[in-house]
Amino acid sequence: MISNFPYIAVIVFISLGIYTLIFNKNLIKIAIGICLIENGANLFLITLGYKKGAVAPIYTMAPAGQSMVLPTPQALTLTSIVIGLATTALILSVAMMIYKHYGTLDTDEVRRLRG
Amino acid sequence: MNILPHLPILIIALPLLGAFILPLLNRINKKVPGIFSVLILGASLFFTILVAIKVMTVGPQVYVFGAQSTGFTLPSGLKFPIRIIFEIDAMSIFMGLITAMVSFLGAVYSLTFIQKEEGLDKYYALLLLLTVGMFGMELTGDIFNFFVFLEIASIASVALISFQALYKGEPAEAGFKYMVVSSISALIVLFAVGIFYGQYDVLNLAALARLIKYSQLDKIALGLMVPVLAMKAGAVPMHMWTPDAYSEAPAPITMILVAASQASLYALFRVTFTLYNIQLNTLTVGWVIIIFGLLSMFIGVTMAIIQKDIKRLMAYHAISQTGYMLLGVGVGLAVLADPVALQKYGITAMEGGIFHIMNHAMYKGLLFLTAGALFYRTGTRDLNHMGGLAHSMKYTTIFFIIGAAAIAGLPPFNGFASKLLIYESVYRFNPILSIIAMVVSILTLASFVKVFHSAFLGPKLPRYKEVKEVPTSMVFAMAVLSGIIIFFGLFPDVIIKNLVHPAAMSLIEQVKYSATILGGM
Amino acid sequence: MSPMSKIVRTITKFVYSIIIIFGFYIIVHGHLTPGGGFQGGAVTASAFALLLVSYGSLASKKFVKKDFLSFLESSGLTLFIALAFLGLGTTFFYNLLANSGGWFGNVSSVGINPGDMNTGGVVPLMNMAVGLEVLSGLGVILLVMAGAMEFTKKKENL
Repeated sequence: MISNFPYIAVIVFISLGIYTLIFNKNLIKIAIGICLIENGANLFLITLGYKKGAVAPIYTMAPAGQSMVLPTPQALTLTSIVIGLATTALILSVAMMIYKHYGTLDTDEVRRLRG
Repeated sequence: MNILPHLPILIIALPLLGAFILPLLNRINKKVPGIFSVLILGASLFFTILVAIKVMTVGPQVYVFGAQSTGFTLPSGLKFPIRIIFEIDAMSIFMGLITAMVSFLGAVYSLTFIQKEEGLDKYYALLLLLTVGMFGMELTGDIFNFFVFLEIASIASVALISFQALYKGEPAEAGFKYMVVSSISALIVLFAVGIFYGQYDVLNLAALARLIKYSQLDKIALGLMVPVLAMKAGAVPMHMWTPDAYSEAPAPITMILVAASQASLYALFRVTFTLYNIQLNTLTVGWVIIIFGLLSMFIGVTMAIIQKDIKRLMAYHAISQTGYMLLGVGVGLAVLADPVALQKYGITAMEGGIFHIMNHAMYKGLLFLTAGALFYRTGTRDLNHMGGLAHSMKYTTIFFIIGAAAIAGLPPFNGFASKLLIYESVYRFNPILSIIAMVVSILTLASFVKVFHSAFLGPKLPRYKEVKEVPTSMVFAMAVLSGIIIFFGLFPDVIIKNLVHPAAMSLIEQVKYSATILGGM
Repeated sequence: MSPMSKIVRTITKFVYSIIIIFGFYIIVHGHLTPGGGFQGGAVTASAFALLLVSYGSLASKKFVKKDFLSFLESSGLTLFIALAFLGLGTTFFYNLLANSGGWFGNVSSVGINPGDMNTGGVVPLMNMAVGLEVLSGLGVILLVMAGAMEFTKKKENL
């Protein structure tokens, strides 16, 4: 049971993120919601490669006789974190531009495009 | 050094190199970036054509990153590939040709269209990156790699959509919407990749296709991936980003964005056909895709009729045309498990849908470029403020007529060829679907007659006295697209036999896709 | 952002170089220990963030030039892709230098070992290129965002 906790955390992260996306009207909070979903996906990937009692998959100065966790999900997660950084930076700078032109971050008022 | 085996990678490596080196070149001369990116994309187009010829004559091409040789897919003793592999079959290169063509013409068009803006090196670097992302999505044979390229394409396109956000608010708003949509869809794709990796320990599409068992988790992964990829492609229940993003981006970028959303459409087909194939309950999933298609066709065109902004109107038409592709390929998927029906009309329907992808990229690109030309000279996108422009912009008028006739499916333009294939085959599957498709086509024609009337016809307006024809590079891009449209319309059988039919077959034959990398039939 | 108190600024002077050296350490040891180009670059960029917070954005613009950083960013990226192109004799991204005996060319040992800096082929070089790119890219992002903060403050005070 205890080994399933990370998956429950994944579900919590992703549902919190989707909740934030749907029910929050602030652009910065929407960006936070996306970050939450991203963290959920990353945690999911990392958990897939976990083995109980294993060490990080690096040979330099590793303790002898220990098994190692799978390295591939960690590489995937790292890639996804880097991409997430770019996404977050871009989404925040676009929000900045919106604030500059509209003077607000409220989605109800940022509505010049419609129809 | 023999360059020939490396052609598949040069398609994508050259624009990548160009994108990174452009900001450095810009320090030498401010005029370099435009010309340089046109050259790079031209080279990329040339390589794509060479690879396409090779794929059509020899068979699917494989490229392994960083291996001892380009075709070294299975390191000794392993049953599954570990490196990143590009697998280029007929469908991939079909999409690659569209991307290469559209991005090359987009860069040519940008040479004068975007001239007056600041930060042009960043514009062209992002354009090249967007091209890289699209090529990557289409050529890669690795499912995680697909996610990476999807993100590259969406980040680059968001930055390009909000390129003019420095002095206008609307592009930033459209960019924000698109960013939210694309990052959610990319993250869901990542989650589905995690599901696959957790079960089968492979990321390679070919190996996955061989191993997949259609377990409960696979069903969840499919249920996650189909809606988000349809969302990125702009199918109707999730289409809210499309009109905003298409109308606020600069015109050449809009043309490339159309191709970018088609890359997501390609991914949707790749997942359903190559990954799951007949293990699926094809009838159900096929009908889901058909219903996406029907909704897109109908709601897209009805929303388009009431628009006053020319690019917004065309964006709704883009949604509507996406519906045709979904309809055609969806019918193919629905009868995939039934060999008789597949031979009788399924393959034809898929050919129609796939051919429509290329036709749509061409005529919709042309229409967006003419809208950009109108905006370039008049400074407005509002149809109510235009009028009488046929007097002063003759070439643009002709190109607009060609594009509008093609989108409405009039012979002898390419839209007719693919729509006829769809009507005929879909009628044998379910007559009502075919009738709806025809009605939508008529509504499309009505809508474009309205645009033509209000923008081009009528007396010459006094405020557009100074308006003249657009510069050469813009005319060149539009002329090339018109030439392609007419050629495809006059000789559709050549294209269908050499490009479209192999593409449809490569989607249907899942076993062949896996065998290219893993060996053994 | 306005500068912070003298204590903070003095501590920043001490810590600044240490953070940057630690970042470079992570970059250079990327092929042996946890970390690599991105992580080290992010650590180094956090030194810029510290500078921005403690000295304020106007003063730190004199230390860190945006133009220079974006130059570094593009050259890091170009270096990375050029290293990938070098392998084109065999395949794209082929590890040309690994096990060749030259630069970073020692045969890397499999199994638990104390670590040899001189292994990895083009991997450490790519780590350095990525590190350069990330530290300058994040630096540019930080500077731009700090500049925008000035702007929004001005608007709120109106």
